[in-house]
Amino acid sequence: MRTNDVMLQTATKVVTFIILMFAVHIFFAGHYTPGGGFIGGLLTTTAIVLLMLAFDIPTVKKVLPINYVVLTAVGLLFAIATASASIIFDVPFFTHAYDYYDLPLFGETSLHSALLFDIGVYLVVVGVTMTIIQTIGEDE
Amino acid sequence: MSNLLLFPIIIPLLFATVLMLFPKKVYLQRLLSVIAVVLTFISGLFLLAKVSADGVQAVTLGSWPAPFGISMVSDMFSVLLVLSSTLVTLFILFYSIPTIGIRRERSFYYPAVLFLMVGVNGAFTTGDIFNLFVFVEVLLMASYALIVHGGEKSQMRESIKYVLVNIISSALFVVAVAYLYSVTGTLNMADLAVKIPEIEAVGILTVIAILFLVVFGFKAAIFPLYFWLPGSYFAPPGAVLALFGALLTKVGIYAIMRTYTLFFTMNIGFTHEVLAIIAILTVLAGCVGALAYFDVKKIIIYNIIIAVGVVLFGISQMNVAGTEGAIFYLIHDMLIKAALFLLVGILTIIYGTSDLRKMGGLMKSYPVLGWVFLVTAFGLAGIPPLSGFPGKLLIVQGGFEGTHFWGSIIILATSLLVLLSVMRIFIYAFWGEPKKILPVDKARYYAMFVPTVILVALTIVLGVGAELFMPFIEDAGEVLLNPSLYYDAVLKE
Repeated sequence: MRTNDVMLQTATKVVTFIILMFAVHIFFAGHYTPGGGFIGGLLTTTAIVLLMLAFDIPTVKKVLPINYVVLTAVGLLFAIATASASIIFDVPFFTHAYDYYDLPLFGETSLHSALLFDIGVYLVVVGVTMTIIQTIGEDE
Repeated sequence: MSNLLLFPIIIPLLFATVLMLFPKKVYLQRLLSVIAVVLTFISGLFLLAKVSADGVQAVTLGSWPAPFGISMVSDMFSVLLVLSSTLVTLFILFYSIPTIGIRRERSFYYPAVLFLMVGVNGAFTTGDIFNLFVFVEVLLMASYALIVHGGEKSQMRESIKYVLVNIISSALFVVAVAYLYSVTGTLNMADLAVKIPEIEAVGILTVIAILFLVVFGFKAAIFPLYFWLPGSYFAPPGAVLALFGALLTKVGIYAIMRTYTLFFTMNIGFTHEVLAIIAILTVLAGCVGALAYFDVKKIIIYNIIIAVGVVLFGISQMNVAGTEGAIFYLIHDMLIKAALFLLVGILTIIYGTSDLRKMGGLMKSYPVLGWVFLVTAFGLAGIPPLSGFPGKLLIVQGGFEGTHFWGSIIILATSLLVLLSVMRIFIYAFWGEPKKILPVDKARYYAMFVPTVILVALTIVLGVGAELFMPFIEDAGEVLLNPSLYYDAVLKE
């Protein structure tokens, strides 16, 4: 019996973006500080769940038309592809590579292929948790 | 190609992931999953050639030096198991296409089977005790999905028990690994094999060895820990039951064989004595169950437990004959249990029930099925030219050479009970007065029957051509009995 959610919905619109930014920060900081794909993915999920609490599932589905099972599969493909790239170079599976690049705006940055693996973890975590929440939430 | 030994794990993993993208396209799902298993089998054959030419293959992931990274090790024993599990999965896939039903096929059945294969092949190949835990969880997760898949009432009830038992045993597994890590400071199996003989505190290591026996005993269904198996395996449909019966307990047996030959050898007088006694009790308990039921599925399910006992008795002897017999019998058992479950599945589809008392007189309408079943039953009991014979012969010989001649006598005696239990199915279902049977479409019948017959033919090849396979089995036994071959290959100076 939600009659008037103006406060909740307005606050959610602001807070969701803060959570999402924090999730991205945690995700990228994972190599040198606590954080990484798993906790970043969970934080992203909390932002989406907050949206679902403030609005309802059909609305959120319209805003984010994502098939979360496919998202999980894509995440797994990212992880497998990153690990399998080592097969092409004939080094043991899961061997990672890194180098320093001069990026515009960021300056000299070290890019590591472990980041690609972490994107896979991130997508799988978001996909699995959202699938669980959505299937239980939609079940009548 | 230093990564060749990972291909039997990566190929099904990749295909399972791709299949998750389009669950509703059933024909594409069938086609791609069969292609995945065939490719896995081919890569397994290449690996077999490589291992038999160059000895134990090892790769440590991420280019880290050996005890620090995760080592994957392929010796002859694990290659043989990977090959036979892949082969069994292939025939069960062919069998599931006509039997599993379109509703199950549309909801991630084939990805679950492939993920199960990832877990099984990974558990056979890993050289790291915690990685073994992870792969066991991979295959358990897939098996949870398969046991509840379809959502019938009995499946729901049994899956609760199954999940509960396996979660408890997995928690025990973590505890056991933690104990082992705090005593030795390493998780790499090859490194454990080097470090454990140097540790003087044999008492705590014996406790850990028994703890591992309990953990893997839950997975492999040994004597006091098999209580979950008959009910849980009864619930899922025939193809899934065949997959479970042929593969899941074998991973537990493999883990016991690996740990008890590679590093828990510091106190053989106690640990292997316990293993031998438990193995014999497992055989006896399985025989009681196999004779007690008038249900075709239950009879074969209890025969799984008997085979677990026979294999573990072979390995507990720690001599050449016992070990080679255990390896041969393990491979034979994977193939023959899958074949038997597929045959019994056809019987239950023809009769519409698995109750033996409602069956009879099938010999008139399905004579070929009857004779194939008879040959498989003889193979299971170990009648000479068939595949059950060489393994059991070596195990019994191992028992007589070792200290447990009474165990060998019990195994010989219970072979008769095994024969009796499966002959009862044959006599009740195929002889006597014909009972009511359901009409089965000819095309569908052959789609079920042909993969089953090929599998039975393979078990006959394994038995008749035992001489051809013995060099491989001897190679596998040699690595199990000489751990230095294993850890030298992994640690490479």
